Amino acid sequence: MADNISKERVMHVADLARLHITDEEAEKLAEELQSIIKHAEQLTELDTTNVEPTTHVIHLENVMRKDEPRTDWITQEEALKNAPDHKDGQFRVPSILSE
Amino acid sequence: MSLFDHSIKELEEKLHNKEISVQDLVKASFDRIKEVDDEIQAFITLDEENAMKQAKELDESSEEKSLFGLPIGLKDNIVTKGLRTTSGSKILDNFNDPLYDAEVVEKLKEQKTITIGKLNMDEFAMGSGTEYSAYKKTKNPWDTDRVPGGSSGGSAAAVAAGEVMFALGSDTGGSIRQPAAFCGVVGMKPTYGRVSRFGLVAFASSLDQIGPITRTVEDNARVLEVIAGHDEKDSTSANLEVPEFTDALTNDVKGLKIAVPKEYLGEGVTQEVKDAVKAAVEKYESLGATCEEVSLPHSKYALSTYYILASAEASASLARFDGVRYGVRAENVEDMIDMYKRSRSEGFGEEVKRRIMLGTFALSSGYYDAYYKKAQKVRTLIKNDFEKIFEEYDVILGPTAPTTAFKLGEEINDPLTIYANDILTIPVNLAGVPAISVPCGVSSEGLPIGLQIIGKHFDEVNVYRVAHAFEQATDFHKQRPDIGGAAK
Repeated sequence: MADNISKERVMHVADLARLHITDEEAEKLAEELQSIIKHAEQLTELDTTNVEPTTHVIHLENVMRKDEPRTDWITQEEALKNAPDHKDGQFRVPSILSE
Repeated sequence: MSLFDHSIKELEEKLHNKEISVQDLVKASFDRIKEVDDEIQAFITLDEENAMKQAKELDESSEEKSLFGLPIGLKDNIVTKGLRTTSGSKILDNFNDPLYDAEVVEKLKEQKTITIGKLNMDEFAMGSGTEYSAYKKTKNPWDTDRVPGGSSGGSAAAVAAGEVMFALGSDTGGSIRQPAAFCGVVGMKPTYGRVSRFGLVAFASSLDQIGPITRTVEDNARVLEVIAGHDEKDSTSANLEVPEFTDALTNDVKGLKIAVPKEYLGEGVTQEVKDAVKAAVEKYESLGATCEEVSLPHSKYALSTYYILASAEASASLARFDGVRYGVRAENVEDMIDMYKRSRSEGFGEEVKRRIMLGTFALSSGYYDAYYKKAQKVRTLIKNDFEKIFEEYDVILGPTAPTTAFKLGEEINDPLTIYANDILTIPVNLAGVPAISVPCGVSSEGLPIGLQIIGKHFDEVNVYRVAHAFEQATDFHKQRPDIGGAAK
């Protein structure tokens, strides 16, 4: 059984998910997550000791292909055309290191 | 002319005999959209100029192909080259010029279908009423105070209102079948792996499938014949030959064994829905099939399992929306991390953020084994339930949704209540099996009821066979919502 989900925990998870949330939102989310997680606690009723987890429903072998560049797909120019900001053929983002 | 009045096959014959032109068809589609879509609000984006131009070109050619020249709609999470694709989200509001077509779109283009526009949906396909779209609320053509279902609500409503000949939707936990049921049309979720997911904006990659929404079972089988098949660009697509699904429409279900799980007619399912499904069971018996009650004992765990797994996968799938390569970037940001956080927080709606949070929580250190891994194990138990039944039976029968369409705004305040609407469709995605929803009744309030037919992995043939036999023996698929002028 999980402890109550604290506002701090929610803030931490939001940071991991790269979401900015306000104090108010964190409180509301804590409640909502708590209620969903509480519902999910029913899974602990089931004994799954010797049960293999299912990650994929259809049996699949490794799917391999040659790692070859394809020139018939998209050009550099096309790859940049939906970008919010770009310069000299590259995506431009704000600085990572503070000055 | 009205698109309502004809099957795909009939339209193909009329085109062949030059009784109608492709331009007539495309014009009929846009005329109907002008007549009803102010009210229905099914489309996010229309592509009229381009569609009319293509229609003219097709009329000048003399090609004959399956689905040739038909006006169609695509759910807005199916990527279309050069045509805006929003996935119902503000974060893709400016995604006006996608670089490629989804594999299903390529296949449809080879047949020369004409894309009329992109259809409304819950943001990133997360929802059951299309109310979580960042753009508009689509109305149910049968009662415009009610939702069309979701998340493929725009697709189901557009087909039900006769705005397009057919539409594609996507189904992660019921998002094709439930809106098909709510709108009185036919919706198929194929076996996981049957249709390429290349170019489908990912929600939960181990559950997502694209499928057709149509007015009849035959139309549906014809569309799936075109969009199914192996694709090297989707490593989870099955390398299997695609059967001629229309060959299965023989009207013969004699000797077939049909399982009716008691859990699908239990608590939470309204009496009217139960009665309609029981009447369908009797109909099948009169057609020579054998129907027996069975149990899928882990059904009640499906909802929790689904919300853990789907949200966990979604939290990973949606990590790509970062304001760097495409989509909306927040303004006046401090640094890189601030840019990620503000772009995502401003771009995503409340429900999407809730699921990202739930998924990230379930995957976070200390909780991974307790929730995520546990849910994956329970998924195995749910899948085993189905496999056991299919050792003895050909298909499983039940309702598609526990209720008929709910009112706009009715359930939106409580996530758990709204999630419970998917309780009969979710187990199918967890098991990866195919399932269809076909109309099987109309409630006292005049709302359609859907019958769900579930098959074995890659046995869409029997699903279509069983669905078609019921359709041919009943008149539910002939009923039309009373909206606009031509819908009778």
